[in-house]
Amino acid sequence: MIEFRDVHKSFGKLEVLKGIQFRVEKGQVVTLIGPSGSGKSTILRCINLLEQPTSGQVFIEGTDITAPKVDIQSIRKDIGMVFQHFNLFPHMTVMENMTYAPIRVNKVPKEAAKAKAMELLALVGLTEKADAYPNKLSGGQKQRIAIARALAMEPKIMLFDEPTSALDPEMVKEVLEVIKSLAHTGITMVLVTHEMGFAREVSDRICFIDDGQILEDSTPDVFFANPKTDRAKAFLEKVL
Amino acid sequence: MNLNFASVWQYWPFLYNGALLTLKMTAICAVFGFALGIVLSLIKLSKFRPLVWFGQFYTSIFRGTPLLVQLCIVHFGLPQLLGVPLSTTQSGILTFSLNSAAYISEIFRGGIQAIDKGQYEAAMSLGIGYRDMMKDIIIPQAVKHILPSLVNEMIALLKESSILSYIGAVELLRAADQITVMTYRFFEPYLVVAVIYYVMVMILSFFAARLERWVNRSDRVS
Repeated sequence: MIEFRDVHKSFGKLEVLKGIQFRVEKGQVVTLIGPSGSGKSTILRCINLLEQPTSGQVFIEGTDITAPKVDIQSIRKDIGMVFQHFNLFPHMTVMENMTYAPIRVNKVPKEAAKAKAMELLALVGLTEKADAYPNKLSGGQKQRIAIARALAMEPKIMLFDEPTSALDPEMVKEVLEVIKSLAHTGITMVLVTHEMGFAREVSDRICFIDDGQILEDSTPDVFFANPKTDRAKAFLEKVL
Repeated sequence: MNLNFASVWQYWPFLYNGALLTLKMTAICAVFGFALGIVLSLIKLSKFRPLVWFGQFYTSIFRGTPLLVQLCIVHFGLPQLLGVPLSTTQSGILTFSLNSAAYISEIFRGGIQAIDKGQYEAAMSLGIGYRDMMKDIIIPQAVKHILPSLVNEMIALLKESSILSYIGAVELLRAADQITVMTYRFFEPYLVVAVIYYVMVMILSFFAARLERWVNRSDRVS
């Protein structure tokens, strides 16, 4: 579903990704963990080309999206992304946020898009907020709407970039519950999170990233019980 | 002190027609200036260097020379080059629209740059193309922030349209000139004209304030 072949990424002189080899199979839930600045968010952002790799290739369902002349828009519409800071469109109501792209990009009829949006609002438990503007929502509610907005495009892949890092502690759980409910429903998920308990519970695989490289790639049980590298051990000691 | 407003008032159709032309010119130039200004701001924000240079050069020309000089070049100078005379209305619309576009493009550029990059990323991640993203996501938010500046620009346009009298357009100020010639009175016609400008600006400000409230409806908490 997703494959990285020797992906490098530099910002100026700083090399943040140093040859990433990485595969995610269809329907898998993979969590990237590691210290901040390790490059995990950059890996995530290379999947939908919010960052363009400096070298190497990224394949989505067999298509090399780093090749020249690839229609990146048509790739992106199948990859939902949830951001740390929600990034809802503040001038649009919740309903407009959720139906704009389906109508405009996927050419879904307006009524069908609205019906789908209501369905997703029910899923995230915010049906009553359909006509509210984002600034009237709490952080947790905003993030649940952002997840629903991404799902409205019926993506094959969902990317979560530290979805709970900007939330007040009491709102973390409601967002994690929603993400958990999506796992293993057939959608492929890649997450970056600092919620270790959650990562362990929800993931099929954990990739430990440090200094632009994937140092470990194993199941949660193996990773959390028996990390192989010293750096992973040191990291886990700090966060657990 | 003997003031005689009645002698001025008998020529009110002059003032009425003058005010009408002033408003018409302001409205037309605001629309053209706005449209052109958005395009110019996008040019300045493009990644293609020569386009950016063109945008900056354009703005520097219109900001760096007096509006009256620009008007003279267009009205008296261009016909010499083109071989076709321009009416005062045509010259006015051309000069004021081009001039206003330069200022509005700067306002827009600032407004667009102030939008959080997360908004672009969210739009891109949803597969929204550049055009739709700018038109429906970025520019509407930018307009909200810059609305007060845009209103200022429109008020400036309305007041500066008085220099059209210099090339002979019978707008509000020129109408007052004509009344002075017919009545041999100066204070009253110019005072009346000043009041009319003031009232027009106040009305404009009133509607702008209402528009601002409407545009900011999504910010209201409660």
